[in-house]
Amino acid sequence: MFRRLPEPRARAVHFTFEGEALTAHSGDSVAAALLGAGIGHSRTTPRSGTARAPYCMMGVCFECLIEIDGVANRQGCLVEVRDGMTVRRQQGAPGLPEDLADEGGK
Amino acid sequence: MTSTDLAIIGAGPAGMEAAATARETGLSVLLIDEQPEPGGQIWRAIERNVSERPDNLAFLGPDYAAGAAKAERFRASGANYWPSAMVWHLDSPEDGDKTILVAWDGVTRQVQARSVLLATGAMERPVPIPGWTLPGVMSIGAAQTMLKSSGLYPQAPLVLAGSGPLLLLFAVQCHAAGIPVSAVLDTTPPGAMMRGLPHLPKALLGWRTLLKGRRLMQALASSGIPVYRHVRNLEALGADSVERVRCTSDGQTVELEATTLLLHEGVVPNPQLTRLIGCEHRWNAAQRCFHPVLSDRGETSVPGVFVAGDGGGIGGAPAAENTGRIAALEIAEELGAVNRPSGDIEIVKARDNLRAQMAVRPLLDAMYPPPDWIGKLDGDVPVCRCEEVSARAVRGAAADGAPGPNQAKAFLRAGMGPCQGRMCGLTVTEILADAHGKEPDAIGYYRIRPPIKPVTVGELAALDGAD
Ligand SMILES: Cc1cc2nc3c(=O)[nH]c(=O)nc-3n(C[C@H](O)[C@H](O)[C@H](O)COP(=O)(O)OP(=O)(O)OC[C@H]3O[C@@H](n4cnc5c(N)ncnc54)[C@H](O)[C@@H]3O)c2cc1C
Ligand code: FES
Repeated sequence: MFRRLPEPRARAVHFTFEGEALTAHSGDSVAAALLGAGIGHSRTTPRSGTARAPYCMMGVCFECLIEIDGVANRQGCLVEVRDGMTVRRQQGAPGLPEDLADEGGK
Repeated sequence: MTSTDLAIIGAGPAGMEAAATARETGLSVLLIDEQPEPGGQIWRAIERNVSERPDNLAFLGPDYAAGAAKAERFRASGANYWPSAMVWHLDSPEDGDKTILVAWDGVTRQVQARSVLLATGAMERPVPIPGWTLPGVMSIGAAQTMLKSSGLYPQAPLVLAGSGPLLLLFAVQCHAAGIPVSAVLDTTPPGAMMRGLPHLPKALLGWRTLLKGRRLMQALASSGIPVYRHVRNLEALGADSVERVRCTSDGQTVELEATTLLLHEGVVPNPQLTRLIGCEHRWNAAQRCFHPVLSDRGETSVPGVFVAGDGGGIGGAPAAENTGRIAALEIAEELGAVNRPSGDIEIVKARDNLRAQMAVRPLLDAMYPPPDWIGKLDGDVPVCRCEEVSARAVRGAAADGAPGPNQAKAFLRAGMGPCQGRMCGLTVTEILADAHGKEPDAIGYYRIRPPIKPVTVGELAALDGAD
């Protein structure tokens, strides 16, 4: 979906997404790193389970919510990608009280 | 715990200028921003582009490159600076210090400040069209952010849709960078020039801004990018992600292929912090959004809390700098800072500049009016993206007796998701105002509660033992 302009001075950053090894550039946010690596969607909604991707890239829409190093609900567009990060797609509404999560599954 | 005379939230043009000015008066200053570098939205990643991607400055343009000197001035000011730090709560008693809670590096830090300046800027107005939740549909600002911070750009076919200066600027930046744009779908209603004309004499005071706008329009016209005018009924179509865009242009149906559709209908103040502290807001009919009510010193209705920049009302970067400067000088006066010999003259100068910069706003508001269709929405179109609430459901809540957004929230969960209503708040207010035949001021807005940013259990746990 996204391409990169030539960046002769960039440093490569290695991380994983859903277990797959990916490469980004230093200074990328996690959300940008995923879009740059061709990842089409980074979370599913709690209610209907539809796929979503980042919308605003500036911290207001929360469509980039993602699990980083085991912590869910991080704003991927505000966290810089780092070497060795383990990133996972956020499915539904992790960390919400069970009744809400259940409701989401219906 | 950290104590400071002045805490500033937001390191854009307003916050950086305020920090540098306040330091000159001798105040201690702490500036907190969730981005990794100073610059705010306009100058996002300016330092990194200067040091690592100097070639990109050419297509990002002179207004962007001008941010380098601003960031340098701020860095040299002696202000304490916390980057990559998110403010998630502000407690602002009328008397005594304000308390700010900041999530930073996995812990919460507590800040005590004698005065607080909110310089949190604007956000793009959400554009709730059918299909806007499909992957591949983003805001113009989102794509511009990726271009500034990472040199990333959407693969062809790329379609831009909407109205206003930021759309124009991004189209021209893409063209200058050699990034192909398939089409611009311009939603500005017919008669822009005629609507602008009555405001022209006053706007001439801001001739610099007018000239820049004119240059952008000429650059777009000579770029060869196809522009469809008077666009309405915009829709994003696709199965798993956007594949096509449909609309009407001058009444004719247009359908284009797109792997990315970028939307933009102007910017509005980011309301979270001013709403959180419960300061008074008023509806601005020309810009179709709420503004916090500010004194001419920049103070909100909550004593000791000031607002500067686009968060107080849209004025653009140069105006943001001046409101930052004015607020810093006023705060220095109030806190009895020592080095303020020429303060009054400087305030007069800043106010004069601000007047010239604000003179073009009525012209811009008239030429690029905010969308008039949002309050009329009905049907399946998702209004609240988080909880997937449709326009029809919001109208239903109105019919069932919900007088305002907080009752609609209780009925529908609209505004209860992680974005806390940032993406649906304005739309819900507008639909309810339409349904009840009332003014938005009478309808109101969501009550905002802390935390205004997602805080992890670890960050909460670390709160009491902070520092
Ligand atoms: C996405 C976007 C792109 C834009 N691009 C341009 C452009 O290229 N050219 C142009 O002329 N104008 C642009 N604008 C218009 C812009 O609003 C102004 O020109 C200018 O940046 C406003 O300055 P400011 O200081 O008021 O706020 P901003 O520059 O918006 O700075 C506000 C800062 O506050 C920070 N912040 C907000 N909330 C929190 C919080 N809770 N905790 C910590 N930090 C927080 C943000 O990270 C941001 O850095 C853009 C606006 C948007 C929304
Ligand atoms: S993409 Fe909108 S909050 Fe991150």
